[in-house]
Amino acid sequence: MGVVFCARPGRFRLGDAVVVRTETVDHHHRTPSFIKGKRGRVRAVSGPFPDPESRAHGGTGEPRRLLYHVEFRQAEVWAERCREGRADLLLMDLYEQWLEAAAGSERPPGFTTHKEEAT
Amino acid sequence: MSPGHHEPHKGARPDEDLGPRARRALAIHELLVDKEVIAAGEVEEQARRIQSRSLSDGSRVVARAWVDPEFKSRLLTDARSAVGELGLSLTRDAELAVVENTESVHHLVVCTLCSCYPTALLGPPPDWYKSAPYRRRAVAEPRAVMREFGLDLGESVQVRVIDSTADLRYLVLPRRPPGAEGLSEEALAALVTRDSMIGVTEARDP
Repeated sequence: MGVVFCARPGRFRLGDAVVVRTETVDHHHRTPSFIKGKRGRVRAVSGPFPDPESRAHGGTGEPRRLLYHVEFRQAEVWAERCREGRADLLLMDLYEQWLEAAAGSERPPGFTTHKEEAT
Repeated sequence: MSPGHHEPHKGARPDEDLGPRARRALAIHELLVDKEVIAAGEVEEQARRIQSRSLSDGSRVVARAWVDPEFKSRLLTDARSAVGELGLSLTRDAELAVVENTESVHHLVVCTLCSCYPTALLGPPPDWYKSAPYRRRAVAEPRAVMREFGLDLGESVQVRVIDSTADLRYLVLPRRPPGAEGLSEEALAALVTRDSMIGVTEARDP
């Protein structure tokens, strides 16, 4: 499997603006409620992983789901509760089924990926 | 659990010494073994394996990255194969990513949903990492949390909180402390603390 930043094509690409789905489900899932409805940007495509929503309930984890490393602005996530470090970021791994395309999906200039930062 | 229904759990303390959560875990364990979902000894073996991993594995990885820029580059892009170069292996069920702290960017890792942690390299997580206050606060007020650990970062440093929600574990590569030039790789590894690899502190000064 390997950690492949920028792997096979999925619904979203690096730099895409996304919104986390707000749906409430009563089964195990890996999307914390505080991030639902928040807008972020895809920072890395971390590759296909077994689906935890299937595995938690006796399933095989297949089909695998693409996992995205999504960047959020702390100031947007916590609004007025963010009292310092308003330029700080929250980076979260989210499975493809929890993301929707956001308006204004054009990539900002200078947006870098993990890979670019690493070199 | 009705007394006498099951054989006493081998190696466990008598039930009356345990709290309700431990008793519940023990009961579930017994049922899983009875129903042959897991084999007897499987949980103990996994616990032994995790506890045999120690911080020194993570410290070695960081020290090597400090002295070998090419290793560092491989570590940041393909952590599994890079740690393999040091004879370390990851489990099959979780991947590893390494993120680098610099003068201008500081990473801090939390698992807000539970306690995901790079146990393959660091062993079991500290209790505070699993606590509700850490999980709640590290994500919402990371700077305040780090100050409580003794690290006060200026606004010129961007804090990036990583919420480890999936089967991808994160290890922080802390900054090499100033004044550590000329130290051996082994001496450098001694400066790399567990907390610095979670990101709540920096590496120790020499």
